[in-house]
Amino acid sequence: MKEKITIALAGNPNSGKSTVFNAITGARQHIANYPGVTVEKKYGNVTHKGYGIEVVDLPGTYSLTAYSLEEIVARDFLVNEKPDLVVDIVDASNLDRNLYLAVQLKELGVPMIIALNMMDVAESRGIIVDHQLLSTLFQVPVVPMVARSKQGIRECLDKVIEVAKNGQEWLPAVISYGNDIDQSLDEIEAIIKRSQAFNTRYPSRWRALKCLEGDRQILDLLKRDPGLGQRIEEVCQATSKHMVDTFDEEPESVIAGHRYGYIAGITRKALKRKVELRLNLSDKIDKVLTNRIIGPLLMIAILYAIYVFTFSASEAPIQVLEVFFEFLKDIVSSIIPAGNLRSLIVSGIIDGVGGVLGFVPLIMFMFLAIAIMEDSGYMARVAYMLDRVLRWFGLHGNSVMALIVSGGISGGCAVPGVMATRTLRDPRERITTLLVVPFMNCGAKLPVYAMLIGAFFSKDKARIMFLLTLFSWGFALLAAKIIRSTVLRGPKTPFVMELPPYRMPTLKGLLIHTWERTWYYIRKAGTVILGLSIILWAMMTFPGLSKEQERFFENERIRATKSLLTSPKVKEWIPDGESLMELNGLYDSYTRASSKEEAEVLTGLEDSPLLPLIKTAFLLKKGEELEKEIQSDDLEAAARYLLFRDEMTGLGDRERQAALKRTIAGWIGQRLETVTRPLGFDYRVNIALVGGFAAKEVVVSTLGTAYSIGEVDPERSSSLSQRLRKDPSWNPLKAFTLIIFTMLYVPCFVTLISIRKESSWGWAGFSIGFNLVAAFLVALIIRHAGMALGLGTS
Amino acid sequence: MKMIIKMREMSDNQKGVIRKVSASGDMGRRIREMGLVPNTPIQIQGRAPLKDPVAVKIMDFTLTLRNNEAGGILVEVEAPEPQ
Repeated sequence: MKEKITIALAGNPNSGKSTVFNAITGARQHIANYPGVTVEKKYGNVTHKGYGIEVVDLPGTYSLTAYSLEEIVARDFLVNEKPDLVVDIVDASNLDRNLYLAVQLKELGVPMIIALNMMDVAESRGIIVDHQLLSTLFQVPVVPMVARSKQGIRECLDKVIEVAKNGQEWLPAVISYGNDIDQSLDEIEAIIKRSQAFNTRYPSRWRALKCLEGDRQILDLLKRDPGLGQRIEEVCQATSKHMVDTFDEEPESVIAGHRYGYIAGITRKALKRKVELRLNLSDKIDKVLTNRIIGPLLMIAILYAIYVFTFSASEAPIQVLEVFFEFLKDIVSSIIPAGNLRSLIVSGIIDGVGGVLGFVPLIMFMFLAIAIMEDSGYMARVAYMLDRVLRWFGLHGNSVMALIVSGGISGGCAVPGVMATRTLRDPRERITTLLVVPFMNCGAKLPVYAMLIGAFFSKDKARIMFLLTLFSWGFALLAAKIIRSTVLRGPKTPFVMELPPYRMPTLKGLLIHTWERTWYYIRKAGTVILGLSIILWAMMTFPGLSKEQERFFENERIRATKSLLTSPKVKEWIPDGESLMELNGLYDSYTRASSKEEAEVLTGLEDSPLLPLIKTAFLLKKGEELEKEIQSDDLEAAARYLLFRDEMTGLGDRERQAALKRTIAGWIGQRLETVTRPLGFDYRVNIALVGGFAAKEVVVSTLGTAYSIGEVDPERSSSLSQRLRKDPSWNPLKAFTLIIFTMLYVPCFVTLISIRKESSWGWAGFSIGFNLVAAFLVALIIRHAGMALGLGTS
Repeated sequence: MKMIIKMREMSDNQKGVIRKVSASGDMGRRIREMGLVPNTPIQIQGRAPLKDPVAVKIMDFTLTLRNNEAGGILVEVEAPEPQ
């Protein structure tokens, strides 16, 4: 007798398996991936009657063949880890189909009990299951259960301990598949048993059965012994030929038929129907929700509502986070003197970590929305309705959620979009989807569009934005088609899918699903992104100005200061450099204050002798009417001071521009000119695009620095718009080319890390390459088509 | 009168009994695992907006599959009454 018991939860998708898992383990659960695959492994612990029970939640499967990754993972776990027993969650309202997996578990021989879940649903549909009779006929302990209201959970754990105490051996059940199959099974089993070459973890009859079912994983294993593998294959082929000749059926078809026959034999006795098959509530809802006309309209409305909900609900917490990180930056700036260390902490670390955490509310609400869609059963209907359209592009009905969240409606975010691809089961369709979601118009691209549209298309704003939305959809779908017919070519996966009955999601289930996925993102993405953002910061900072350049700017500053201080009218106000610094500080706080009244009560200003000068300069700057009593001398001093300020700002901007040019990013930007010249991009655009790899909105601020107009707030970029409009090298065509290039060129690196998390470094790398090439080609076509049409001459 | 037709030829809400499933490979295995085996009664529940995939009521649940996947499934149905 062991103090520690390991149980595995098996069951069909939608059998309420996660509800059972949550009911047993509560919040004490962990999530990981099975080694080498992206299938989630959930496990948790519970103590019951003094026994420590570890519960492993196997992926939901309909069967134990090698059809899907989930099935392979589930059966490998059973065979290799040998849990003390399996609890098979069986949906009582859908007994026949659910018992198909139970039969296979019995054949595998693992000690098991059946948790007969959803007894209430069955009853409401007029289905009465005699669980004692079922237990007798199936020769497995059966515990009736309603997991949603926790009925039967305790009894189930009691039974777990009772069975585990007896330390049951593995006992593969023998089910008859008719004389012909049974004979072949005996034959293959004998061959396998005679060989010593194989580990004996898989029961030999079960392996024989898998051979006849054409299970590739088992066949490949047996082929390791060449002589043996061949003999088994011969038997399989002979059986197959015989079955096709005499019954016109493949062996696996006969086997499936017999299994269902065996199940029907049991349910005929143990299950009573009060009423014949009739439309249940779920079917009635489907008559509306999947109606040919109303269905798609409602779907658009629901998807749009989810989108609005996700983004509006996360707005406030995101702002709180932003304020918090701004506050943190202010604190750091006030403690650490200006220089590389402050810059590293503020721009490298806080911005990097803030970038990751800033997405958290968005991801949380998106996962909540997805959890509601999944748990209620609506997700399957969306896939059902859209399958015909998306199939043509090599995608799956479920891909639509990821595309919308990523920016299918402008302003989304590719990070939750990439993570939403988890709902796709086929790896090819899943990877294709996550490769194309970065083409959608996410929220970070919008400031770039807004700035360029503001500069060159201010009259057609709405039309251009709509065009860009259409373009991104068109491009994403087209790219999917290209990927699916080249690198990820392969058969369309069958769309044999269950439409699960509609169910009201439980709050607990929603919260657990949302939290575990969100936490997973924070933990894994955080570390890598921190490192990458430091690297990118370094690229945009070092090596920076040369000694001569530094000296030049220093000298220029000294010269400007001297020329200001030597002017006689100014001297009266500010005799030396020290008082100039005081004036600068006071002027800054004066202009920063939202109203003049407020400004005057600022400490130090009220009784400062400099106040009249500051006021005059401020009014002059704003071009407002001056107070009459101002003397012309003071006016001149104020004007000179303003000129000085402008000069200093200009110097600062030029310095930043020069410094940016002499960084690694700047170097790359200049080297890239040979490549980007056909697109009409110079080194300044290139540097901005390199910076945009961190986050697309950085394109705007970096472009501002590169055009030496100071740091540009992405939200208020009109000064940059004006600057570009006046620049002769810019024209609407160049702006549009840059817009499209920004839309397509690379996923930002938070997205990239998410792509890696959901696939591999290989695919993340592919994503960069593919998107760059795509962006280049499309931008090239647009530019040359535009020039051919006579556009772009400004 | 009974007659045998392909599942994809069935109309909405029509009932029938599966007589033969000739799909092979992964596809065939999947279809059978989900319960589409001979002698199982089914009813067409509806079709998606673009008439494909089709939703089928089988045993106690609803299954969707594409028309081309439903092609290899032969179903015995009541022949329509001659007018």
